[in-house]
Amino acid sequence: MVERIKQMIIKEFIQVLRDKRMKAIIFGVPIIQLLVFGYAVTTDVNQISTALYDLDRSFESRELAQRLESSGYFTIKYAPESSREIRELLDRGKVLCAIQINRGFSRDIKRGIPTEIQVLADGTDSNTAMVAMSYASRIIAKYAMDKGAKKIEISTNPPHPPLVKGGEGGLDVRTRAWYNPDLRSKNYNVPGVIALMIMLICLLLTSMAVVREREIGTMEQLMVTPLRPVELMLGKTIPFGIIGFFDMLLVTIIGTLWFNIPIKGSIYLLTVSTAIYLLSVLGIGLFISTISKTQQQALMATFLFFAPAVLLSGFMFPIENMPEIIQYGTYLNPLRYFLIIIRGIFLKGNGIDILWPQILALLLLGAVVITISSIRFKKRLG
Amino acid sequence: MKLLRIKAVAKKELIQIWRDPLSLAMAFLMPVMLLFIFGYAISLDVDNLATVVYDRDKSSLSRELIAEFRESGYFRVIEYVENVEAIDRYIDSGKASVALWIPEDFSKDIRTGKDAELQVIVDGSDSNTATIAMGYISAISELYSQRIMGTRITPLIDSRVRVWYNPELKSRNYIIPGLIAVIMAVIAALLTSLTIAREWERGTMEQLISTPVKTSELILGKLLPYYLIGIIDVVISVLIVVFLFGVPLKGNIFLLTVLSSIFLFGSLSLGILISIIAKSQLVSSQAAMVVTYLPAFLLSGFMFAISNMPKPLQIMTHIIPARYFVTILKGIFLKASPLRLLAIETILLSIFGVTVFLLANKKFKKRIP
Repeated sequence: MVERIKQMIIKEFIQVLRDKRMKAIIFGVPIIQLLVFGYAVTTDVNQISTALYDLDRSFESRELAQRLESSGYFTIKYAPESSREIRELLDRGKVLCAIQINRGFSRDIKRGIPTEIQVLADGTDSNTAMVAMSYASRIIAKYAMDKGAKKIEISTNPPHPPLVKGGEGGLDVRTRAWYNPDLRSKNYNVPGVIALMIMLICLLLTSMAVVREREIGTMEQLMVTPLRPVELMLGKTIPFGIIGFFDMLLVTIIGTLWFNIPIKGSIYLLTVSTAIYLLSVLGIGLFISTISKTQQQALMATFLFFAPAVLLSGFMFPIENMPEIIQYGTYLNPLRYFLIIIRGIFLKGNGIDILWPQILALLLLGAVVITISSIRFKKRLG
Repeated sequence: MKLLRIKAVAKKELIQIWRDPLSLAMAFLMPVMLLFIFGYAISLDVDNLATVVYDRDKSSLSRELIAEFRESGYFRVIEYVENVEAIDRYIDSGKASVALWIPEDFSKDIRTGKDAELQVIVDGSDSNTATIAMGYISAISELYSQRIMGTRITPLIDSRVRVWYNPELKSRNYIIPGLIAVIMAVIAALLTSLTIAREWERGTMEQLISTPVKTSELILGKLLPYYLIGIIDVVISVLIVVFLFGVPLKGNIFLLTVLSSIFLFGSLSLGILISIIAKSQLVSSQAAMVVTYLPAFLLSGFMFAISNMPKPLQIMTHIIPARYFVTILKGIFLKASPLRLLAIETILLSIFGVTVFLLANKKFKKRIP
């Protein structure tokens, strides 16, 4: 039996690696995906393109503009001359944020009279808008505070107390972010990309490779060999599991070296849990192959599974924000568990004492999926 | 080019599509599924953050502060803990993403007029949520400190912040119109990327080659049925977006149809080009995912702002048609942009479509290798 499976695996590897394009896909695609994901999916908001409509043209207004720019969050790209121009810039999407400093700004500040600044944000990207607004308010508030503080130096009786920290009986908030103190979104995303990518590669390879034999008629040749269904099944999944593992290794190395993502936890645990994760992925791939007649169907079905699996895994969208029914549904999603595992190991250094429920769930899920698929697989062959 | 031959190829392709009702059903199911997930299941809005509280003060003032956090709707207190180790456990296991730690002399400090301290720990592994959560935290505590100090301080500078186009900052309104571009890119990738490769793999290409059909006729004939599926998908998507999700379509429907067709032409041609180059369905499908779906999803600005990407990637987004289509869709849906404002995008989309189509014609060799 082992000998026959071995032969089948060799055949499968020859078939996959014979095609130069296929080789490029297996090794190139994960790297491209990692780079694109690593760089593109940054939810960090910085360098917001900004228009500054400065009606005051004073030392103070320039100082404030300078503050906004040196914060790194805003890049002042345009200096419009009218409100109409602001509208045009926002309409065309040239800027996401527009700040208008009214005439009399410096005069008011010097006199200590409250003055007004308008901040306009393009709300189409609600997330960026929210972050941009909070940065803008914070920087402006800080500026106001500093101006107030300078007044304290000159006269002991400030006309306006500073805005944020009250000094007298105020609240001093100390916020700390754990695990990822610089709040780099790459640290969060790259481990997730690894999980998602091996899923896509293994699903497509398994589901399409089996269907291909059927579609081009070579399945019949396989049937007349002494291969038993179980052996055929193992021969069709093990090679793709190995490829998945290899891709995992490749991407993890690039992720840690190129993106400087730390692996705080145990690599051994990571390896074991990857193997368990692959079990369910290959099982699902096999299942798709049993319900598809053509590669077209296999491809569509794979995507029909893959897209919701990614979106409902907590990869980008927190599960706790989803409606309750869907939250229950996510318990059937292997990616959900593996994301917690891989992020836990990479970022938090979690061990098996914390991750055992996820690992157990993956194991169960894998066992169930593999069982169902192999029953269906045998039936289809018989 | 003869219309008759294009029609014949299109008819053959249509029959083939028709014979595979499962694939066809999935082609129509795809936009519905994606829209429902984006519309109902997920949200980028940060609220309901699982929070644990370690209140060492246990005074009316500390309870007021906690209530302030609770009532904001952004924080959901899941547990009151009694020691620091418990905070560690909750944050470590990811059961809570925020921890509030109120020290013993919190109320005493406030009463005696000292600065009271509030420690907040945020799980930074999800940097986006953490950034937004920190913004909420500082806003809530500012409000609280103003309230307990009794006086509302008049700030020196009153910044008036206004949001245009999407005043409630609903992430749904922003994402959904752009999603149509992603759906179209996916459909194009999944459908056309296999059409030519399939003929080669099954050996039916030889039969096609022996007919008098010319390359351009073959490609156009293959494009047409998929264009039909694509445009039906656009209609389904727009209907769902407008009537089910209530995202207003402020702009011109006719303009939307024309520009969608231009985008579809380019994307479908790209799928065919991939199919011609790859020759095997397995390679083709993987390549299509990388060349069409992934960029449409990640680099089009549909969800992730292009301006936040590093420069080389920003430059790369210029060759991605979905980028222009997302701008067009958002413009037409949210801003009622007229063609005048979308002219550049339209021209670039057209150039892209024609280039890819010509490239596909050039790459296709009508002979058996």
